[in-house]
Amino acid sequence: MSTVKTGDKIRLHILRFNPGNPDEEPRMQTFELEEADGMTLFIALNEIRETRDPSLSFDFVCRAGICGSCGMMINGRPGLACRTLTRNVGPDITLAPLPVFELIADLSVNTGKWMRAMSERLETWVQAKEEELDLTRIEARMEPDLAEQIYELDRCIECGCCVSACGTARMRKDFVGAVGLNKIARFRLDPRDTRTDEDFYELVGDDDGVFGCMTLLACHDVCPKDLPLQTQIAFIRRKMIKQGLS
Amino acid sequence: MKVIYTDVLVIGGGLAGLRLAIAARRRGHDAIVLSLVPPKRSHSKAAQGGMQASLGNVIKGQGDNEDVHFEDTVRGSDWAADQDVVRMFVNTAPKAVRELAAWGVPWSRIRKGDRTVIINGKQVTITERDEAHGLVAQRDFGGTKKWRTCYVSDGTGHAMLQAVGDRAIGDGIVVHERVEALSLIHDGKRCFGAVVRDLTTGELAAYVAKATAMATGGAGRLYRVSTNAVICEGIGHALALETGVAALGNMEAVQFHPTAIVPAGILVTEGCRGDGGLLKDSDGHRFMPDYEPEKKELASRDVVSRRMEQHILAGKGVKSRFGEHLWLDITLLGEQHIKRNLREVFDICQHFLGVDPVKDMIPVRPAQHYTMGGVRTLPTGQSPTLKGLFAAGEAACWDMHGFNRLGGNSVAETVVAGMIVGEFIADFCDGEELAIPLGLVRESLQQEQAKLDALLAGQGRESASQLKTLMQTLMTDKVGIFRTGENLQLAVDGLQELLQRSRHIGVPYKAVGANPELVTAYRVQKMIKLALTVAYGALTRTESRGAHFRNDYPQRNDAEWLRRTLSSWPDPNQSLPTLTYEALDIRRMELPPGWRGYGAKDYVDHPDTAVRRAEIEALKAEFGAADRHKLQAALMPYEQLLPGRLRGSNERIDEPAGPAAQRP
Repeated sequence: MSTVKTGDKIRLHILRFNPGNPDEEPRMQTFELEEADGMTLFIALNEIRETRDPSLSFDFVCRAGICGSCGMMINGRPGLACRTLTRNVGPDITLAPLPVFELIADLSVNTGKWMRAMSERLETWVQAKEEELDLTRIEARMEPDLAEQIYELDRCIECGCCVSACGTARMRKDFVGAVGLNKIARFRLDPRDTRTDEDFYELVGDDDGVFGCMTLLACHDVCPKDLPLQTQIAFIRRKMIKQGLS
Repeated sequence: MKVIYTDVLVIGGGLAGLRLAIAARRRGHDAIVLSLVPPKRSHSKAAQGGMQASLGNVIKGQGDNEDVHFEDTVRGSDWAADQDVVRMFVNTAPKAVRELAAWGVPWSRIRKGDRTVIINGKQVTITERDEAHGLVAQRDFGGTKKWRTCYVSDGTGHAMLQAVGDRAIGDGIVVHERVEALSLIHDGKRCFGAVVRDLTTGELAAYVAKATAMATGGAGRLYRVSTNAVICEGIGHALALETGVAALGNMEAVQFHPTAIVPAGILVTEGCRGDGGLLKDSDGHRFMPDYEPEKKELASRDVVSRRMEQHILAGKGVKSRFGEHLWLDITLLGEQHIKRNLREVFDICQHFLGVDPVKDMIPVRPAQHYTMGGVRTLPTGQSPTLKGLFAAGEAACWDMHGFNRLGGNSVAETVVAGMIVGEFIADFCDGEELAIPLGLVRESLQQEQAKLDALLAGQGRESASQLKTLMQTLMTDKVGIFRTGENLQLAVDGLQELLQRSRHIGVPYKAVGANPELVTAYRVQKMIKLALTVAYGALTRTESRGAHFRNDYPQRNDAEWLRRTLSSWPDPNQSLPTLTYEALDIRRMELPPGWRGYGAKDYVDHPDTAVRRAEIEALKAEFGAADRHKLQAALMPYEQLLPGRLRGSNERIDEPAGPAAQRP
């Protein structure tokens, strides 16, 4: 635990690179700031942009830890910048963009494109029987515990931290990551989805799916929402092996 | 010249935009959604506590129906809402919850039997009915007579956006991410699409469409302290304003949410109070019952926020290095409840405050939260003055919230408006050929390119981020919860000066592509205009209504001010918006103005109110105990305004489907 106090100097060492600018080389740049009460990386980075360097690129939307925009490497570990207090990671803080994803500029990466491609491939929506719903009728019932279990997995914010921490994702560009496997677990649990294990096997029963996982499980350690990724991946693997052998 | 054609251009990828794109697509029209960010990161996600829909499943919601939801919403609006639109909304909200249930939203469900809840600070045991087991649950929220707010723990918006976002992918909706509309293409009569900038490459393109829909959310970032996401800068509002033809409705109606944490301004849900949490002062005293004996902590947001600020002014605030605040106490709800039903609140307290809400109280103070004002539309969602321009959700003013929105009605509005307006957009596209006025498109593109060039290559010396801070400070200090003529005049003067200065912004960083400074520069020019519609509208409205409170005119004045403010900006060189007013017709209202059931009891009546009341009494006497739908239809027929496929009564445990539930 660091001992940074209000008024202390902290230093942000930021990996700068804008691939859109052909003359630019990647470089580290250091900014010195004064620690303030409750200062987060959201506050610190905005202060730098407003007062020092208006060209610095980064992404924040909700700044409350719920939208998943601000994943970045914080002292070598993927995390959400908006809810990281500088006093917990300072006085020297190294920031870099999340690996695996396409770099836009500086700390901004294109997680949206990656997530959309993953969703299209795994068909991450409820596949119900095609019949027009009568919206005037009472909704179908669901056990309260099951609804809670589904929500537990539905809490994923697609921030990309698990993908950036993943050894397989570095080697296999089409690996679906813990985010994708967790979604399969979520839809498998949902009685509204009519897909069977045979269907799910088609989606993740290979090395780009659950069999690509090397069980390093950094995904589980870095997930900002504390999703039970370890259990879910193991569970899906077991089900897919069973399916594959049948 | 890069030109992209589609049937429906949706600007904004939150719940409203995605849902109306889905509606249009399912009716056979192509849609492209433009989004500043990946759609699932939109601010819809931040809706925590829930979505109002009168399902009446829980025992404390028994007897709830569209009529009760309608009355709560109209009272909440301080009678400024369009009652036809409120009716359309309350009848569609249960359908929206049920549709989302089928699409995979894991709504929290009812468990039959006894459970302990906190009501008015005390533990009470309530018993859920056997026949309600497994149906969607509701919790209590402010300004409602029944427990009506359907929820997914306290991540309701997240779960809804997840399901609708995935549904949109499943339906093949095209989303262009990280792009921004700079202007609407129009000829003064019809809108043809938008000029759009790619935020990564800086390239401009014209998107030409039969229908253009604004679903860009709110304008919270006009203020320094706001619960809104950083992208909620009101740019969609400003794009409509800059057409000079479309108007904005009621921009002075700005909601302040009672419980934003201090100092970060992050929201903790109204569900905290709905589930039994209390507001306390520096003495640990629960003060709301002193002011609001009827609804206490659960009066409407405008009322609770004013009472909190009033209590701080009375010297009862808690002093801290970030200024004064009050306490939100949810410790009485217990660890299990907090970690299950208020887990986002638990996370936010831990990460941003270092506070454990199971044991400690949460420092809170009201902060800007919601923009009731928006692009003025008809009940179909279309602008009455600019054909082909539609709006839905927080960006719109079709006007279901009037001068104060009820908690749980905004995330509900996003999907309901998406469903309704989406159908009307599809109807509109059915009857339109895509006309491509190439000259106009080229001219619009050139105009925007010239503005960007002027910012990058011009001689301006003003700093965009500095102007933005000055604007936000003026708005928070002078156009806040308590307003006076004097302060509002200072705000208008100050903003006019900032508007002048914003015409001389310089951008030292010259990158054409990813360039955050350039983005701030062109946005702040728009935001200052929009701030002027808020401040000038507030200065001109010499009464108090809903969230708009004037110390110098503390009464609601129906006789003079039961009118909707319309702001427009016909000449780009104007330094103030043009204000006109649109009267609300009491003689057509189902619920004529009266006391809201909380807040101030004195107001100035309109002469029509008594007349309309007498008419309604006579009708009620005539109908006696007839079917409530028949009485409603006699008071204010509205069902013809809804798209055909969204008509029909909603089934409930206590209102089984009968002939009334048949679709027309």
